[in-house]
Amino acid sequence: MEDLLNLDVSPYTDRIIAEYIWIGGSGTDVRSKSRTISKPVEHPSELPKWNYDGSSTGQAPGEDSEVILHPQAIFKDPFRGGNNILVICDAYTPQGEPIPTNKRAKAAEIFSDPKVVAQVPWFGIEQEYTLLQPNVNWPLGWPVGGYPGPQGPYYCGAGADKSFGRDISDAHYKACLYAGINISGTNGEVMPGQWEFQVGPSVGIEAGDHIWCARYLLERITEQAGVVLTLDPKPIEGDWNGAGCHTNYSTITMREDGGFEVIKKAILNLSLRHKEHISAYGEGNERRLTGKHETASINQFSWGVANRGCSIRVGRDTEKAGKGYLEDRRPASNMDPYTVTGLLAETTILWEPSLEAEALAAQKLALNV
Amino acid sequence: MCDLPSDCFSINGTHSSPPKHSLKIFEIIIFKMALLNDLINLNLTDSTKKIIAEYIWIGGSGMDLRSKARTLPEPVSDPKKLPKWNYDGSSTNQAPGEDSEVILYPQAIFKDPFRGGNNILVICDAYTPAGEPIPTNKRHAAAKIFSRPEVEKEVPWYGIEQEYTLLQKDINWPLGWPQGGFPGPQGPYYCGIGADKAFGRDVVDAHYKACLYAGINISGINGEVMPGQWEFQVGPSVGISAGDEIWAARYILERITEIAGFVVSFDPKPIPGDWNGAGAHTNYSTKSMREEGGYEIIKKAIEKLGLRHKEHIAAYGEGNERRLTGRHETANINTFKWGVANRGASIRVGRDTEKEGKGYFEDRRPASNMDPYVVTSMIAETTILL
Repeated sequence: MEDLLNLDVSPYTDRIIAEYIWIGGSGTDVRSKSRTISKPVEHPSELPKWNYDGSSTGQAPGEDSEVILHPQAIFKDPFRGGNNILVICDAYTPQGEPIPTNKRAKAAEIFSDPKVVAQVPWFGIEQEYTLLQPNVNWPLGWPVGGYPGPQGPYYCGAGADKSFGRDISDAHYKACLYAGINISGTNGEVMPGQWEFQVGPSVGIEAGDHIWCARYLLERITEQAGVVLTLDPKPIEGDWNGAGCHTNYSTITMREDGGFEVIKKAILNLSLRHKEHISAYGEGNERRLTGKHETASINQFSWGVANRGCSIRVGRDTEKAGKGYLEDRRPASNMDPYTVTGLLAETTILWEPSLEAEALAAQKLALNV
Repeated sequence: MCDLPSDCFSINGTHSSPPKHSLKIFEIIIFKMALLNDLINLNLTDSTKKIIAEYIWIGGSGMDLRSKARTLPEPVSDPKKLPKWNYDGSSTNQAPGEDSEVILYPQAIFKDPFRGGNNILVICDAYTPAGEPIPTNKRHAAAKIFSRPEVEKEVPWYGIEQEYTLLQKDINWPLGWPQGGFPGPQGPYYCGIGADKAFGRDVVDAHYKACLYAGINISGINGEVMPGQWEFQVGPSVGISAGDEIWAARYILERITEIAGFVVSFDPKPIPGDWNGAGAHTNYSTKSMREEGGYEIIKKAIEKLGLRHKEHIAAYGEGNERRLTGRHETANINTFKWGVANRGASIRVGRDTEKEGKGYFEDRRPASNMDPYVVTSMIAETTILL
């Protein structure tokens, strides 16, 4: 069976298989189906639009169920190999309107605004996730009916008593590199059975496409391993870390000399839209952002250099060099990267607070801009 | 390895003719794992120049190894060309939460036996953002000693014999020992073979080849006196590289036991009573010791070590007092003595060295959980600089 799965058909035919991938009705369920394309393609615009049964994914009523898929990004398929591809799509009504759960369309609009384009926004996203044993839905490596020893030894740890599921993390790393996803690293996390991978730096809308494709690959790999993937931001209550999706962000002016001032102004803007951002940063985040376990409390906005207990953290290198990037630590692991990246660009590049609001916030946060 | 429900694997031994249903599950699990393995073993050199670098460092206890990986744009062979990095020191007891960044300086590169291709393992040490070595960074001070001209001139060689014990996961009882009981007394196990005498050879053999592949100077292995206990030797290594190679070898060992589902212990006396402890005997020589008349230099060096016995012992590993009892091929922790071919001594000189009038000596005091940077540099300092 393996031989058939790994069959390289390219000597026999020009045809390739394209796996069209989209996001379902919950906003975090990923769906896919495949079709044969007559020959290899380079650009998503060469791929045909397609459609799927939206009534089966909570995205359309039964009597008018067709949802149209617009191909947006192509990646190499690490499971099928050869010239076969994965295609990240977003979903539209037959009239051409983005359906309500399509967050990419809005983000693409923001990222094509000339002011945003000029700023060349970079994103580095740190996706945390937890692996669960199937059927019992208890974290991988944890004794069923009990708990492992407390957090401490697991962060970046090695050993059969400290690291659970490395095969998945490692297989995923190579699969992403093969696919052409801009994966920049991985590490074992503080809670046992929890892992992280990072994607970036990606420009604009790419960040979202790469993260969704990486999430798709991860779920296909856990499917093979017989393990369940969860992006819940607080999978286990109590003295166990939650799972986030810290988003590192910079614009061209932040990366140039004098950038630290631009960063502080951006933080100021973000502080004035804290509620809007939080409501878009993932369901269930209030269970995670408690002020403990390396988080800031959900109701308070704070920032600091090298401070992991803040909403926004600025690295020491950035402070030292006077330019660099900021880390928004608020997004939950189940956030939508299109929404978060778009909102960061919007709030820091397109939105302006009133002068009084700005002055008040500057004082409160000790930000002299 | 993934923790799959164990009933998927209980295929052999319980049925004379396994029911069709459970055979199918077994096949599916095996072939799914095979697909996972295809991804893990993917050779990326055909699709990209990028490589994966696993940065390795020592955590807050001084013995816990940590690592995380990053992508680099192309192959690198010189550690000086690798970027510095940082990690969350508040998660490893090495920094407070409100000032958590600890900086990693790459110091040594080895080939990655798990990822293959041009992927690498990088041994690092840890600094504050201001550039000071953090308190648990023992490499920095050792590197200083090894770069002193008097020490460099002597080209110090080290051969380190790392002993370790394999434990069954969850119960933390040595591998091969009956749960709730003990195996037959020591005797048959040292370098033994057979299912009733050698427990965990796969781990040891896999480790041997992995280290050779990685570029570590591994010189040998053997089964030890206590059942479930093993030893590998690294050397001869010059100066600071002895420490780098031992830490890389320890990391590879822990990754392999992780795959095998066993726990590795570097405790110097894992089982109290009439069972051997685990040491890290350190063989040592300088250029003058290796040349004609070297035996006199060796005797002088041993004398100097005798005068600093307490200082060395304090730096030779936590819990060593449970191991250095004077029995089980050790010298008592409070006594310093040396002898030719004497395994009950603190320092042992081999018969060949005595015969040829030159060679090396073996410091038998270090425990298996010693820090090789500390031990190697301390021996150099005491015998060359003081």
